[in-house]
Amino acid sequence: MRQQLGGPMAGEIEEQRHFLWFLRGMRGITSLPALILMASYVGFSAFALESGLTRGEAVFMTLSIWALPAQMILIGTMTGGAPLAASFAAVTLSSIRMMPMVASIMPQMRTERTPVAVLLFLSHFLAITSWVFATQRLESVPRHYRVAYFAGFGITLTLTNTLIVAVSYGVVSSFPPMIAGALFMMTPVYFISSIWASAKQPVVKVAFVAGIVLGPLMALVAPDFDVLYAGLGGGTAAYLLDRYRRKSAMRAGAGA
Amino acid sequence: MFDSWWTYLVIIVAGFLATDVWRWLGVLAGNRLNEESESLLWVRAVATALVMAVTAKLIVFPTGTLSHSPLWLRLGAAGIGFAVFLAAGRRVAVGVSVPITLLVIGLWWLG
Repeated sequence: MRQQLGGPMAGEIEEQRHFLWFLRGMRGITSLPALILMASYVGFSAFALESGLTRGEAVFMTLSIWALPAQMILIGTMTGGAPLAASFAAVTLSSIRMMPMVASIMPQMRTERTPVAVLLFLSHFLAITSWVFATQRLESVPRHYRVAYFAGFGITLTLTNTLIVAVSYGVVSSFPPMIAGALFMMTPVYFISSIWASAKQPVVKVAFVAGIVLGPLMALVAPDFDVLYAGLGGGTAAYLLDRYRRKSAMRAGAGA
Repeated sequence: MFDSWWTYLVIIVAGFLATDVWRWLGVLAGNRLNEESESLLWVRAVATALVMAVTAKLIVFPTGTLSHSPLWLRLGAAGIGFAVFLAAGRRVAVGVSVPITLLVIGLWWLG
């Protein structure tokens, strides 16, 4: 009798717990990075209008691409009258960074039984803001509920910003210059302080510095591949340096 | 200039597919990574360097209003802000409010 009842009831409680963690993830919509991103999307809708996109196109773009730099680049190539293949190349080049971003989150997020289809679906909601959010917070969430937690945050963030684009299109044509400047600056300074504050491994700090220095430098040398070179080159250099440091620390430890 | 169905097709092919292909590859690659593995350290380092490269470019080569402001102001605001953030025990609120305040004061002062 007890066993008969135990199964379905336990399943129900489990489901409620997943839902609870989904809701906790949703609450992240009021966090500082989420608010900054929303302001950026108000700016995006003004840019889309200015560039000749319709409301529907701007909304569809936000929901289907969900990467602000890629959206800006696509609008840029479209207004420039570039052929489809050229637009594809420009956007895909800027989106290569998604691969290591998503890959670095996966081992933390999934359990052994998480279906790949669920992860493929959820990966759409991963962009810089949710990457920073996940890097910082997943650790404090019980592993079993991390997928639900990330889904709660990621999906809510994407849908809210899609709604923001739909509503603010045509309403806000531009911010006063000083406010626009402050809003624009919020994104980078937020990333700088939050990524540094959440960096626990030394290798992340070295990669942080390498990326900051190489990003603008590479932009001068190889404007089309700058982020790619800075990321692959800077990240690999940081990894090798850190590996050397660990090896010598180990040798010193063994020698002592 | 933007014909409806063609624009949507462009968004799907050159936007959605061009971006999500990398996310899907990230899932497949990440599924093979062990949480304690050496390769995850490398992937994490590359991801961090990529994000910081994008971030630094936003400050050095901004678009929109800020592109008219002097580089020294943006670098100074971000640099001093980061130093204060480190000195104040790495609090993110400090790391955001100090550089923004410096930037706004600078923009106002320059007119």
